[in-house]
Amino acid sequence: MVKQISVFLQNRPGTLANLTKILLDKKINIRALTVADTSDYGIIRMIVDDPEKTLKVLKDSEYLVSETEVVAVEAQDKPGGLYEIASTLGEKNVNIEYLYTTLKEGKAIMIIRVSDIEAAIEALKSGGFKLVSEKELYE
Amino acid sequence: MKYLYWNKDVELFSREELERMQSKRLRSMVKYCCDNVRLYNERFKKAGLNPEDIKSVKDVTKIPFTFKDDLRENYPFKMFAKPLEEIVRLHASSGTSGSPTVVGYTRNDIETWTELMARTITCPGGHKGDILQNAYGYGLFTGGLGFHYGGERIGAAVIPISGGNTSLQIKLMRDFGSTILTCTPSYSLYIAEYAKQEGVNIEKEIKLRLGIFGAEPSSETLRNKIENSLNIDAFDIYGLSEIYGPGVSVECPEKNGLHIWEDQILPEVIDKETREPVSPGEKGILLFTPLTKEGVPLLRYITNDIASLNYEKCNCNREMVRMSKVTGRADDMLIVRGVNVYPSQIEHVLMGIPGVGENYQIVVDRDILDTLTVRVEVTQEKFSDRIKDLENFQRMIEERLFEALRVKVKIELVAPGEIPRSMGKAKRVIDLRKENI
Repeated sequence: MVKQISVFLQNRPGTLANLTKILLDKKINIRALTVADTSDYGIIRMIVDDPEKTLKVLKDSEYLVSETEVVAVEAQDKPGGLYEIASTLGEKNVNIEYLYTTLKEGKAIMIIRVSDIEAAIEALKSGGFKLVSEKELYE
Repeated sequence: MKYLYWNKDVELFSREELERMQSKRLRSMVKYCCDNVRLYNERFKKAGLNPEDIKSVKDVTKIPFTFKDDLRENYPFKMFAKPLEEIVRLHASSGTSGSPTVVGYTRNDIETWTELMARTITCPGGHKGDILQNAYGYGLFTGGLGFHYGGERIGAAVIPISGGNTSLQIKLMRDFGSTILTCTPSYSLYIAEYAKQEGVNIEKEIKLRLGIFGAEPSSETLRNKIENSLNIDAFDIYGLSEIYGPGVSVECPEKNGLHIWEDQILPEVIDKETREPVSPGEKGILLFTPLTKEGVPLLRYITNDIASLNYEKCNCNREMVRMSKVTGRADDMLIVRGVNVYPSQIEHVLMGIPGVGENYQIVVDRDILDTLTVRVEVTQEKFSDRIKDLENFQRMIEERLFEALRVKVKIELVAPGEIPRSMGKAKRVIDLRKENI
């Protein structure tokens, strides 16, 4: 289980720069990131190396911010790598809300937001997948 | 120029004849109100006034005003002067918050309104044999049914198409050969624009001759635009549901002010600040006293519309006073696609939804048709990493607002602090529509 930080951003030039400047000033490193956008706003979801500190500094700067638990799992860097993960979750009736990827030591890591995180972890474990811990991700 | 009259004897009353009739009707109306409506009974007593003190139309200024809030506070039926058994129709319009303003009509009221609408459609040139495409909304709003009854009364063939469904509007216009279009001015432009995009040759395929447009402010520029794009003569009408609905006044072919049907509706204009009568021709708040209305009689009802009155005899030979176009409002009411919207109604809905902060902003704009956007700052408790949660929240607010306002609203979710504050308070309403478009 990995903590993910989500931030509401107005769809306007400069908003991402303002946000990342705060993270830079606090020496927070972004390990993985995805942006979902609508016509009016975007939501940034990211894995950072210090979620508690990030949550605090962003709240202090009056951002709308939330913390969610997501699954980080290693995917095989070959055809069918994502298929195996997706079908394992699908068979256990776990819905994928969204996912994004990051790299670690040449390996692909899938960051997955699911409907039922306990069920997802169990399904992936028993499917023989390697779950990645927060500590491993931050290194 | 040929002028048409529905009820020529009355429509061509001299000022003297009019005032004699108004005085007589006002006397009985005041007595009727005091006898049958508690509010008036109390107000007269409080003012130390007897119904008998009102002897002629000159005494009208002694009568206390009636405000929209009086209707709201007496929701739903306490302003009715007749028992419900005598009421044959109920309409409602936007209230300032929560409850709408309810108007009940007796059979005689419907008859009077129909007569006024028959005059209103005839005056600009409508007649038996016309095909009247009625694109005003049918329902609680009085526009649709008002034109419907008046159109039938003069012997026109009424198409009760109501608002919207623009491609069907154009198809029927073409296939049925509609000659009169009745709707809001902006919707008529929208129809013209739509027809053009569909490749319709308006001059050849559309037989429209007249347009009778109301429920929205208009201007000479807008009139010219409509007349050119639909190849018609466009006329302004005015009305409000508290005073029957459409049919309070209408332009004649002179297009120089709207004749108020003064034998039935007594108009006045008062100063915005002092509430004293202004001289003829001066702008101020328009108020009306319907002179024979039975269901919900109103004395000196404050419309909050700003206009002026012109008592000069018109080239059409009518001496009934002409009101100017409405040039503004004395309160913060907005007119969006012909629908009256009070910012307080929006606030009322928003404050009833958990997760909506106190910072919101109403933005009205126009892209042929009006658009109403409410910008709402998202609160921490409603924020989610999933777009669908925010979209559901957005849609829920849109639906609640539509239910309350009966006009489509777009909700824009914004970050906290996005809405500019001045003196710690957000500027609530921004109207980007150009003055008098």
